[in-house]
Amino acid sequence: MLASIISSGLAVGAVYALIGITYNTMYSTSRVMSFTAGQLGMLGGVFGSLFMLRMGMSGPVAFVLTLGLCALVGVITEFVAVRPVLKSLDQHLYVLSTLALALMIQQVTAIEWGTEPQPFPRLLAWGSGPLDERFWLPVAACVIVVLALEYLYRRTLIGLAFLAVAENNFAARSIGLPERRLRVISYALAGVIGGIAGFASGQLMLAFFANGPLLNFYGFVPVALGGLGNNRGAVLGGLALGLFQQTANFTVGGIFASIAVFVLFIVVLMAVPQGIFGSNSARRV
Amino acid sequence: MTQGQSWARMLPFIVLLVLAIALPALGNTYWTVIATRAAIYWILVSGLNLIVGYAGQLAIGYVALLTIGAYTASALVAGNVSEPWEPFTALAAAGAVGGLFGLIVGLPALRLRTFYFAMTTLGFATIVTQIALAWESVTGGGIGVPGPAMPAPFDSDQGLYYLCLGIAAVATILTANVAHSRFGRGLIAIRDAEVAAEAYGISKAKLLAAVFVLAGVLAGIAGGLFSSLQTYITPEAFTFELSVLFFISILIGGRSSILGPLLGTLILTVLPEIAAPLAAWSNFLYALLLLVIVLAIPGGIASLLDFGGRSPLPANRRIQPELGAVRQILADVPRDGRIVLKNLHLSFGGVKAINGLDLQINGGQVHGLIGPNGSGKTTTLNVISGYYRPQEGLVTEGGTEVPSGQPLGRARRGFARTFQTPRIVGDTSVLKNVMAGGYTRARGTFLEALLRVGRHREDERGLREMAESALRAVGLSHLAHVRADRLQHSELRFLELARALMLQPRYLMLDEPAAGLTGDEIKRLGDIIKEISRCGTAVLLVEHHADLIFDICDHVTVLNLGSVLASGTPQEIRTHKEVVSAYLGA
Repeated sequence: MLASIISSGLAVGAVYALIGITYNTMYSTSRVMSFTAGQLGMLGGVFGSLFMLRMGMSGPVAFVLTLGLCALVGVITEFVAVRPVLKSLDQHLYVLSTLALALMIQQVTAIEWGTEPQPFPRLLAWGSGPLDERFWLPVAACVIVVLALEYLYRRTLIGLAFLAVAENNFAARSIGLPERRLRVISYALAGVIGGIAGFASGQLMLAFFANGPLLNFYGFVPVALGGLGNNRGAVLGGLALGLFQQTANFTVGGIFASIAVFVLFIVVLMAVPQGIFGSNSARRV
Repeated sequence: MTQGQSWARMLPFIVLLVLAIALPALGNTYWTVIATRAAIYWILVSGLNLIVGYAGQLAIGYVALLTIGAYTASALVAGNVSEPWEPFTALAAAGAVGGLFGLIVGLPALRLRTFYFAMTTLGFATIVTQIALAWESVTGGGIGVPGPAMPAPFDSDQGLYYLCLGIAAVATILTANVAHSRFGRGLIAIRDAEVAAEAYGISKAKLLAAVFVLAGVLAGIAGGLFSSLQTYITPEAFTFELSVLFFISILIGGRSSILGPLLGTLILTVLPEIAAPLAAWSNFLYALLLLVIVLAIPGGIASLLDFGGRSPLPANRRIQPELGAVRQILADVPRDGRIVLKNLHLSFGGVKAINGLDLQINGGQVHGLIGPNGSGKTTTLNVISGYYRPQEGLVTEGGTEVPSGQPLGRARRGFARTFQTPRIVGDTSVLKNVMAGGYTRARGTFLEALLRVGRHREDERGLREMAESALRAVGLSHLAHVRADRLQHSELRFLELARALMLQPRYLMLDEPAAGLTGDEIKRLGDIIKEISRCGTAVLLVEHHADLIFDICDHVTVLNLGSVLASGTPQEIRTHKEVVSAYLGA
């Protein structure tokens, strides 16, 4: 049982971590927490199943198409739900606009794709049992994404530009960084990351429209615990959450597991509102 | 408010009530059932409105409380927990349990930021549904439990409708009472000007707790009635879409309004019935509607109905203070106030903001505090206000130590202040903004305001009179009923001053009040400040306008790099060598 707990815990945790990174990527250039992060994860699985099973495309083609569409959804989020709201002074509006968009995505999926979870095909025929593809693929995806992001942020100019805009918006603009374009690109990037999360976990979570709100919440927990904008914290938080949840699932069963996760979440958040690795907000007076 | 204005405000509600009472006469039981559902939703939304619309806390997962109320009432009447209860007592119990859980759901709001709090309410909603599924002995699990049957005459469609309508009317009255009291103004202040609210003694924790309990009670009762209407409930009846519906009703209706969310609830309950062919897409349309409202009309229906708010303001307005009114307000201020700062040290991480500061301000004097940017002027003010806790040093007032790091208690001690950037509530009137300053001077409790009994009426009357006086004193009476966000910058500064006068303060601290004012306005500001100090208040004036400082101050302290560079009369400071080189210039 221990092997099952560890393999499923890490797998599910890796998905949560990736969604957390999606949140962070969108947050870093816009200071907006977007409800569409979980929906992007859901779309990764749904699009993958749509292209491979219903339309018969090959794996790599479906993968590229899925990521493309998810990037598009990310860009739409920026245009429709974020940009218009950033102009107004009312801070709470972005919660509502992104919530509205997320709900719209969810409803369209429910109506067009259906409300039953659909299967997702095996991509590579490696591994079985606790080392089955559905367990190691999400973890591998998470590792690759994290390494790629590290490379992006530290070695490429555009990655440095992202960091600059995230650190100090006005200073970045004053040295000529195209803030708006960077924001659109980062939302596309966030879409891609969410899409990868969904595609890699297709077998684990199935192509199910209800994954959206599920990933929204469970993908948010690593962000809250790890600190807003902190990807390393999100990974640690996600993996820890996944392991904790699966341990609870296997020992006390589904309902109590959810309650346990939720209570833990609230308790930690109340104790450390800025996250375990987060930083305190600036002076407010 | 005059009697005429009062009636005008109540008219739409009376019209709706009359229409609602007449509805069953149409003879169509289908619409009676829809109307019953709308009434039940409104009972819940009226309470949630105070949380979302007034306090600005995004409680998205509120269907959890409907679920709790519904199952409490049903389980008690069905006899799953003990001997079967009477329906009305079960309904009351549903309200009580709802109030308890309303408080629990709301507690995270005190520590968490908006998005985080929204997420916790969502999580809570999921948990409640899961518990309803799992706790089979009480809730019947997935099979569900029958809802309580109300006794005659409320067991028919019409009877239940009138019961729900009656409770909805009561809910409207109660929440409107809170909204129009100092607590409603306090909630809005917490939402839009939290730092200022703290300075004026408005306790976020206490106020939010009271509102969460009230909303929880209303939601619990709504849940009990809901289970009666449905006659049989299962966990599937309480979907996330229902939560979204409640939430959207308030946003469509507009913040800080009772009528707006009421109309919003009616629209959203009736919409799926009218647009029946689009039933499958109804949730999508709700979401689309929300998006459109957020982007196009963020103020909601309430802003559309705000006809008075769109009439143009006179273009060439002048601010004409009345010093006589100032004298009247500050007639009873004692002259012996004294604040002493001793050896204050404060660092923010590696930055030493205040480095061994000694300062004393006395009643009846204007004490100027000047210095280059970054010298610690505003920080000193914030330490006196209680926002920052110094690492070393003492702040005493009238001989007793003032607790550091506790801004809430300052208003009661007679400390009033204005802020470097005006911190006011944009979407309420100037008068209400000023009245919010007097929050700590009222005696009535939340319960008294809720039921409009006891000291509530005289509190409101007293606050209103004082606010009108204060506005006369600073010269903004002609703008009393205008929304504050339509004012010019200079008028906002005088507004903050009027709010400060509400406390009849012993100590008045002004943070760069002249910034952005014209020469004429600065002169009038100077006159008011001088008059205030003549009445006995101790004034601490942080400023960059050297002319104003030397004109009206009795004593000037110059700060540089967190410590005192020089201290003395304006004449001495003006010619002090080091002050001239560090700050004033030749």
